[in-house]
Amino acid sequence: MRASYELQLAPVETQEKDEQMAPARTMIHAEGLSVHYRSVAALKDVSLEIQAGDITALVGPSGCGKSSFLCCINRLTDLTEGCCVSGHLAVGGESVFARELDTMSLRRQVGMICQRPNPFPLSIWRNLELPLQEHGVKDRTERAQRIEQALKDVGLWGEVKDRLQGSALSLSGGQQQRLCIARALVLKPEVLLLDEPCSALDPISSGVVEEYVANLRGTCTIVIVTHNLAQARRIADQTAVFWTRNGHGYLLESGSAEQVFENPQNPLTAAYVKGLRG
Amino acid sequence: MPEPRARVMDRLSAILIWGVAGLVAASFVWLVGNVLQHGLAQLSFEFVTASPEDAGRGGGIAPIIVSTLIIVAICMAVTVPVGLGTAILLAEFLSGSSRLGRLVRRSLDVLASVPSVVFGLFGNAVFCQMLGMGFSLLSGGLTLACMVLPFFIRTAEEGLRAVPKDYRMAAASLGLSHTGTLAHILIPAAMPGLLAGFILSVSRSLAETAALIFTSGYVDRMPSSLLESGRTLSVHIYDLSMNVSGGDGMAYSSALVLMVMLIVLNRIAMWLSRKWSTQRVVA
Repeated sequence: MRASYELQLAPVETQEKDEQMAPARTMIHAEGLSVHYRSVAALKDVSLEIQAGDITALVGPSGCGKSSFLCCINRLTDLTEGCCVSGHLAVGGESVFARELDTMSLRRQVGMICQRPNPFPLSIWRNLELPLQEHGVKDRTERAQRIEQALKDVGLWGEVKDRLQGSALSLSGGQQQRLCIARALVLKPEVLLLDEPCSALDPISSGVVEEYVANLRGTCTIVIVTHNLAQARRIADQTAVFWTRNGHGYLLESGSAEQVFENPQNPLTAAYVKGLRG
Repeated sequence: MPEPRARVMDRLSAILIWGVAGLVAASFVWLVGNVLQHGLAQLSFEFVTASPEDAGRGGGIAPIIVSTLIIVAICMAVTVPVGLGTAILLAEFLSGSSRLGRLVRRSLDVLASVPSVVFGLFGNAVFCQMLGMGFSLLSGGLTLACMVLPFFIRTAEEGLRAVPKDYRMAAASLGLSHTGTLAHILIPAAMPGLLAGFILSVSRSLAETAALIFTSGYVDRMPSSLLESGRTLSVHIYDLSMNVSGGDGMAYSSALVLMVMLIVLNRIAMWLSRKWSTQRVVA
């Protein structure tokens, strides 16, 4: 039975146990997923299951396709000219590459945070109000409530409530990144993708962002790409290690964070998590 | 001795740079000074409110100011929506390598290098004769629009392209519609570039003579409809200095009015755009 740990994120036994209390639900299911940029392969044959409500960390050296994998989940790959994705990928049971899929509603359900904070050059309030308006939240009081709640969820409300009409660009880097998280949360996404959200921040801001990301556990499914193994170990329930081979990335090993860090099955993973490789 | 030599070179290049900058500033001061010197004498309240008399040797330039404003307004009313639409198509909907994009861009570059007198002949053939508008403000304004469109489009396109990619990524990952992204984020953020294109276009249309002689004509009466002929300030200045003996003083005064008009229009455009962008964009 223990062998099934190797490739599946959710171990079979715990899944059976959990099913009696709260059924574990697969939120993201990738099967044989490959990404090419023009004719160059970036990522090959990734099969991975991500459970609803978990924090899943994607780790591995640079250029191993972690970000490409992330961009497939909300179809942001569409924006890159010459990017071609093959294989199967489903979010909440629905195929992401289906022809009839509405990318607007997919991206409302799957929020994304980039490496560098990217608030719009608008006021703090407008940054959060605009996505709500665009997604048809017409009631002004509902918008106000959701904005306040989202800002509270990332611990910004106390810091900005007196200057909501001020420019979002006047905030510090860490605050901007939390604003971006709030901007994604205001749409109540089911999945939140974070692409190295702390790498452009100073250690203190980074710690604050990490804390609020960890607090979101259970409210939505979180997939976080990080180069910081200590961070992955601190916050992740599940960990997937990506690696490179012949210039393209692939999934080396995945499993519960504890298992990947304490008892890795692959010698490369073992060397990587010990800091010997990568 | 390399050190003192390097220092001498430094000093020389500093003198050269300051000298060149000074030359540019001096020629501008000279130009303005010259116009002021010859033009201020005739300038009065009557000059801007009265009609020209004796082929422009006397009287004022009121109908000419009105014709100029109408022609520039027609030109910009066509240029801004058509130009903005094309710029958005080029910058947002067509990739840099698309065949249609390259075709449109190359055509615009060719159009931008066509001499204005050719636009005049084109406008005369198409608007005045083919479409039956005759020598009129409308023909003149539309011809000017054809002439300034390439400049406006390319400047506006550059402005849109200069908007950081981060904003597009953020908007896309929030599932914002393309229209919403353009209206609420990209266009406000590209405002400086769009404004530069607008000011460039207004300046070019105000300065144009050749294209208008063939299309809006010479008539210096106060226009009562868009289908009447009218004379712009530039045409008036040209006519006074080339065809009217003893008209030089009035030509200078008209040039002074033209300069003031240009500065005022630019200021208004900047003020409007700033007002508009502070409502939407704070940064």
